Amino acid sequence: MTQIAHDHHAPAHGHGHSHGHDAHGHDAHGHGAHGHDGHGHHDPHLAHHFDSLAQQFDSAKLGIWLFLATEVLFFGGLFVAYAILRMRFPEVFSFASHYLDTIMGGINTCVLIISSLTMALAVRYAQTDNRKGLITCLVLTFLGAVGFLVIKYFEYTHKFHDNLVWGPSFYVPPHSAEGDLEGAVLKTAPAPPGAAITVVNPAPWQVPDLARKPAVDASAVKAAAMGPSGVARANGTPAPAPAAEPAPDAKDQAHPGTHLEDASMPPNTHLFFAIYYAMTGLHGIHVVAGMGILAWLTWRAVRGDFSSKNFTAVDTGGLYWHIVDLIWIFLFPLFYLIH
Amino acid sequence: MTTVPLPTSGPIRDTLEARPDSDNYLTHTRGVLSWVFTLDHKRIGVMYMWAVLASFLLGGIFALLLRTELLTPGPTITADASVYNKWFTLHGAIMVFLVIIPSIPAALGNVILPIMLGAKDVAFPKLNLFSFYLWMSGAVLCIVSLAMGGFDTGWTFYTPYSTTTDTGGVIPVLTAVFLLGFSSIFTGLNFVVTVHKLRPPGMTWFRMPLFLWALYATAIIQVLATPVLGITLLLLIVERTINIGIFNPSMGGDPVLYQHFFWFYSHPAVYIMILPAMGIISEIIAINSHRSIFGYRFIAFSSIAIAMFSFIVWGHHMFTSGQSPLMNTLFSAISFSVAIPSAVKVFNWVATLYKGSVSLTTPMWYALAFIFLFTIGGLTGLHLATLSTDVHLHDTYFVVAHFHYVMMGSALIAMIGGLHHWWPKIFGRMYHEKLGTVACWIIFIGFNVTFFTQFMLGSQGMPRRYYDYQPEYQVYHVISTMGSYIMAFGFTLTAVSLFGSFFTGQRAPANPWGGRSLEWQCASPPPFDNFAKTPRVGDCYDFTDVHWDEKTGGYWVDESADTAKDGRPA
Repeated sequence: MTQIAHDHHAPAHGHGHSHGHDAHGHDAHGHGAHGHDGHGHHDPHLAHHFDSLAQQFDSAKLGIWLFLATEVLFFGGLFVAYAILRMRFPEVFSFASHYLDTIMGGINTCVLIISSLTMALAVRYAQTDNRKGLITCLVLTFLGAVGFLVIKYFEYTHKFHDNLVWGPSFYVPPHSAEGDLEGAVLKTAPAPPGAAITVVNPAPWQVPDLARKPAVDASAVKAAAMGPSGVARANGTPAPAPAAEPAPDAKDQAHPGTHLEDASMPPNTHLFFAIYYAMTGLHGIHVVAGMGILAWLTWRAVRGDFSSKNFTAVDTGGLYWHIVDLIWIFLFPLFYLIH
Repeated sequence: MTTVPLPTSGPIRDTLEARPDSDNYLTHTRGVLSWVFTLDHKRIGVMYMWAVLASFLLGGIFALLLRTELLTPGPTITADASVYNKWFTLHGAIMVFLVIIPSIPAALGNVILPIMLGAKDVAFPKLNLFSFYLWMSGAVLCIVSLAMGGFDTGWTFYTPYSTTTDTGGVIPVLTAVFLLGFSSIFTGLNFVVTVHKLRPPGMTWFRMPLFLWALYATAIIQVLATPVLGITLLLLIVERTINIGIFNPSMGGDPVLYQHFFWFYSHPAVYIMILPAMGIISEIIAINSHRSIFGYRFIAFSSIAIAMFSFIVWGHHMFTSGQSPLMNTLFSAISFSVAIPSAVKVFNWVATLYKGSVSLTTPMWYALAFIFLFTIGGLTGLHLATLSTDVHLHDTYFVVAHFHYVMMGSALIAMIGGLHHWWPKIFGRMYHEKLGTVACWIIFIGFNVTFFTQFMLGSQGMPRRYYDYQPEYQVYHVISTMGSYIMAFGFTLTAVSLFGSFFTGQRAPANPWGGRSLEWQCASPPPFDNFAKTPRVGDCYDFTDVHWDEKTGGYWVDESADTAKDGRPA
């Protein structure tokens, strides 16, 4: 992404700061089309292979929109995986969603929406030659990204602490998963004294035991659409049929703690967290990349690169930031707001 | 096509006359760094070309190794079946991801597309270079994966085997393909924007040479399909490293989901390979028939139609995976309809040849070989799209033969043909014409001996990817292996003919074949900025004003005759 934005402004960047690799393209053929010769009959922001600034700007816009299309398809794969898992295990999603912190997720949604606003304002300020406003808004957007990641960090840490993780270690009783993960999983853990749940089958997902499939009250939760239910519940004993909605109470939600003790936990609950971490993790990586772009834009804004004649980088960087926000707008209800 | 000497002076002379050696893109600046940091699309294309040809050599060596192993049932040159598994996996992965996918768009396309379009460069030159280095990182990671023990997953990386096999190179190669994918995306993105925004005045959509239409359609597929491969490989990497279970059936995941994801990219990828090849064939056929291409718009639109169809046929790779019968029927029916735009192209090429004054140059021989091989490859695709026969033929050598006819017999043959076609333009030297033609024939014969045999082998039930087989199959395997040796000999001759041109080749004229598109209207090799002045865009398939000039040994285009036709100044 950085590369694209960078690319559009190659000449502006190189202007007066001749890079080693710019030198190749510019020194030897001085027909003036790229404005580095100082004759001034061409805009310094115009790259040598474009005829006009409008053509250059249009190219950059089309380029970034195509890139956004690739981003949509990139995430699209994960959205399809989400849809298929949710179709197969609706009970897992309605159950596990309660372990996500809606308040923190909601705050993060607001943070991102506000940062989208400041980003849009930054573009406007760049267009109207308001350098101070531009820098302020870019910094605010950057802070929004930081805020988002800080909140996400706390969410992740809470979940790791409560063992709400992906894959095998999800079924290890909380607080015993420290140290060697593989070892903890694979050894046949004796029941901790007093614990309601024990890991009988050390790795049930490797030897699916359909006989141990817990009784799921069909009236309470919709059964999986098809196929083997896969992992039996960790303790391997049939659960008492949940009385009604498997929703944990408010206390559980505030401090989900020992999810293994929740008798209503359906099989394959770990898959919810697998797709949750996959999607929010990839989104988080995009936020980090966005911070890089915002920092680069801020640096260039402070240097005074942008004006009403040259704001393509702010514009394209802004579009990238908006799609990062937009993806979160889909992730938030799909994970946090399932009831 | 008449013999009319080039005017002794004037702008045409200035453009076409051989320039001093110091004034083309190859000699414009010197030193390693001027290549490493170049932003010139032609140099980037040439670097791709060497890298792709080196990968082709590597992939070819693995092909010869595995064909040799199959000479006899049981051990032949290795007693370890897992070594054989690595060979065919490496052969497939290298040929698909490092050779065929980048060969035409990234190598030839990068050099030719902007010149053909009349542009000075692609829209984003730095992105272009970045894309090349992404490709190089992918290639290096492939080598790293070899050093880490290779991989035996097959080039399709099917789960759950790819997540459980203990060969050490799986993660590096998945990362490599991820990077190669993004390289392909950025190249495609660059081409789409270039075609949309950098067309010079007069270059309307329907004046674009068909190679550009093909590259454009390809670029759309690259941009829209490859990201799905990216996320699939990423999921596979986390599946293998931290066991998230999304593709693992024993954890509630779905391995067939992986196949859907993989083929959602990899079927369009087949068209990423074949569409630009078809574009090359359209150019070679029209120019060497010295006759306007028949059905220009049909060929152009069929490229777009193939690109569209490519996204909705992926399920035909999965007829035996337990898909619902309804899905199978739909995918089967849609797969059949791909035959329509493909046949439109073939018929138009044949109609162009009809009553053309055909020059049997080496590229033309390759184009004719393409038509023959692609027809066989395409028609056998129908056998595989038919549900009832596919159940029998699935995962047999019939499939192997089918996709080699399409991917190698068509895509790669077109790539080699295109290489000959544009070699004089790119390097300014003529290859050895007779040697090139003989090599083409040897490759053609070797190819058919190798792969036609495999149709028979497959229809009799020999499964693909097996190290061992029943003795009654041996005669076919021996013939097939002999064919592969013939091909190897043919490719060696091709290399001699092409690379020999650097030492003994004659200086190439600007327009050795009588082409009308813009790349033939700048010098060979092109100057650094392609065109001294914005070129005049005419009908690129109107060969009436193309004249032979004895003195330069090439053709030239009389633009003034064009002006008389449409009134626009030359």
